[in-house]
Amino acid sequence: MKAIATTDQNPVVLPIRQSSNTLSILMNNTPGVLMRICQVFSRRAYNIDSLVVSEGRTAEYSRMTIDLSGDPSGLPQIIKQVNKLVDVIHCYKHTVQNTVVREMLLIKLLASKEERTTALQVVEHFGGKTVDMTPNSMIAMFTGSTEKLDAATLMLGQFDVVETIRTGKVVMARGNQPT
Amino acid sequence: MSTQKLDGAQALIKTLEDLGIEYIFGYSGGAAIPIFDALETVDTKIKFILVRHEQGATHMADGYARATGKPAAVLVTSGPGAGNTVTGLMTAQMDSVPMIIISGQQVTWMLGKDAFQEADIFGITVPVVKHNYLVKDTNDIVRVAREAYHIATTGRPGPVLIDVPKDVSSGEFTGSMDPELNLPGYDPFESFNIDHSSIEAARKLIAKSSRPVILAGQGAMIARADEELMKLATTLGCPVTTTLLGKGVFPETHDLSLGMLGMHGTAYANKAMVECDLLINVGSRFDDRIIGKPEKFCQDAPIIHIDIDPAEMGKMIHPDVQVIGDAKAALSLLNEALPSIETKDWRSTLNGYKKKYPLTYKKQGGLRMQQVIDEFYQQTNGSAIVTTDVGQHQMWAAQFYRNDESFHWLSSGGAGTMGYGFPAAIGAQFAHPDKTVIAFCGDGGFQMTLFELATAAIHKLPIKIVVLNNHYLGMVRQWQELFYENRESGVDLDGNPDFCKLAAAYGIPSVHFKRPADCQRKIEEALAYKDGPILIHAECVKYENVFPMIPAGAALEDMITEPPKTQMEKPIGST
Repeated sequence: MKAIATTDQNPVVLPIRQSSNTLSILMNNTPGVLMRICQVFSRRAYNIDSLVVSEGRTAEYSRMTIDLSGDPSGLPQIIKQVNKLVDVIHCYKHTVQNTVVREMLLIKLLASKEERTTALQVVEHFGGKTVDMTPNSMIAMFTGSTEKLDAATLMLGQFDVVETIRTGKVVMARGNQPT
Repeated sequence: MSTQKLDGAQALIKTLEDLGIEYIFGYSGGAAIPIFDALETVDTKIKFILVRHEQGATHMADGYARATGKPAAVLVTSGPGAGNTVTGLMTAQMDSVPMIIISGQQVTWMLGKDAFQEADIFGITVPVVKHNYLVKDTNDIVRVAREAYHIATTGRPGPVLIDVPKDVSSGEFTGSMDPELNLPGYDPFESFNIDHSSIEAARKLIAKSSRPVILAGQGAMIARADEELMKLATTLGCPVTTTLLGKGVFPETHDLSLGMLGMHGTAYANKAMVECDLLINVGSRFDDRIIGKPEKFCQDAPIIHIDIDPAEMGKMIHPDVQVIGDAKAALSLLNEALPSIETKDWRSTLNGYKKKYPLTYKKQGGLRMQQVIDEFYQQTNGSAIVTTDVGQHQMWAAQFYRNDESFHWLSSGGAGTMGYGFPAAIGAQFAHPDKTVIAFCGDGGFQMTLFELATAAIHKLPIKIVVLNNHYLGMVRQWQELFYENRESGVDLDGNPDFCKLAAAYGIPSVHFKRPADCQRKIEEALAYKDGPILIHAECVKYENVFPMIPAGAALEDMITEPPKTQMEKPIGST
């Protein structure tokens, strides 16, 4: 955590994220494949920060995006081990520069009549949408980069947040590069 | 394809036969009954061997595969039956041994409901197989079996498990007996497509070298690259050392052979590693038992690494040139234009080391395992198929039973599985009924799978079961002596049975000796017996250590060739 000095002497604390590595995997859409891939990581004591799996363009294949932090020195070996799995078509490591990265955040907060307008202003500022509203609560939805979602989470933290949930990163390689 | 209706199990057995499976080693049970029934209802040449424990079945299939290069199948029931195969699967996976394991399973609608003898064997075995399947549709069974065989036997081989629920095996099969494989993520034929530039780079390194060494591993054997390896070595005049599993791929009696390297390898092989100016690794994965301290391994010499598995490149040691592909294909290409180099001085240096540090043992003061192994070597002219358990006797067998041919040395290297030797010998003897098969077992390891004495006896397999009995778990005791101030803990096998009486209980004859003077005569007697298995109980001295030795994690130059005068430091490397 890094403190930013502000004029009012009360530092605002922004989360600093470790640089992470993003892997994109194209694989057979069969039972057990998720376990096989996770096992490659867990056997080497790697912690997965986020993992998104969904059906690919055709139902035979699945897409997976894995976000990892920690020591990157073992990563080339892990990528080879993942590629070696019979069910994996390919596994690529992506950098921020050559990819589009998006995440989605849902955040539920309690907001009274008096607070609601301010909360809505914040949601709007970050390009978010209100997807549920009751007299004393609302759910806002944001999409964007990890950093943007961090900032939105920080700002809405001024209200009474009860739950947040994030999808984890999905990436797609830019231009003609395969993901 | 006949019009006769088949069930899933029958289609499976027909497919296995079609794939060339000769033997199924197994143990029956409820969930596998339809598959066992198919062995009776299908007209098949496959021979089923009933074992006494599922672990035994896996080691038999493993021994069969290592002695032939072809897979055998294992057939077991669900739950504990399948669970008992895990050690055997791990053993095969670690040493790249092809195997097809079929496990019966509860009916599909009971999966996950803690039904009788239900276990998630698919989940349990994911880390210890090359690939595995849970078949949920009877019509998938033939495709899955064909894929399993393809995966097990191509690329870097390994075990593949097929879990077959009882309703799937007994359901009607209406699919094709020759379906298309569906393996978009698996292309083993890539490995025959060698990158020519990597071969060119390898040649350049060779041309600059005058002290090269070839390190040959099991990858060379699996690829059947023996001839190419011989050509490479003899054309260059390059000495060859092999890994434990590579024993035999280059004849150990050849002038250029340095024998096995590593923790208990020959002093001259390890010295060659330290002093060489080029290392050519053909199909070895740089196991921690041979590299010692990775950062000190061959630190002054460039390294060429030839391996079929891209994931082995840089895993332990970063090579200067990596050649990814089948060892035979790679060496054929390399051999097309080998540079001419002068290695005479280098060979004479190494020959000096061979004279200075020969492998020896004492024939006085009690019987030593080395003498027993050496005697078997002499009397069989080194031509037997040899299997071992794990520990001191395994290392002595590696040192004193020199192998001149591939597929004659069967030992659990990566997994280090005690109890492997005897059942593996059964598998090897089924594969080669006319060859002499010797199982060198420790008293510890033998007692882990001795129940297969029944299997050997029933089939009258003429295996020489050598129990090298020092009443100890000798290798651990050696470590405790050297590194733990001789505090013996959990190593005294007090309570060993009378192994000869044990054999007799199974109707197996035996010989027993404990004096060095009886060794020759008793072994002659044992080798002359051909009517079935014979147990050779050799009672050996209790306190004997394996040398040379490189303590785990130490550099190769820290090798000791005789008992140290002072207490050694505890090893910091791998176990």
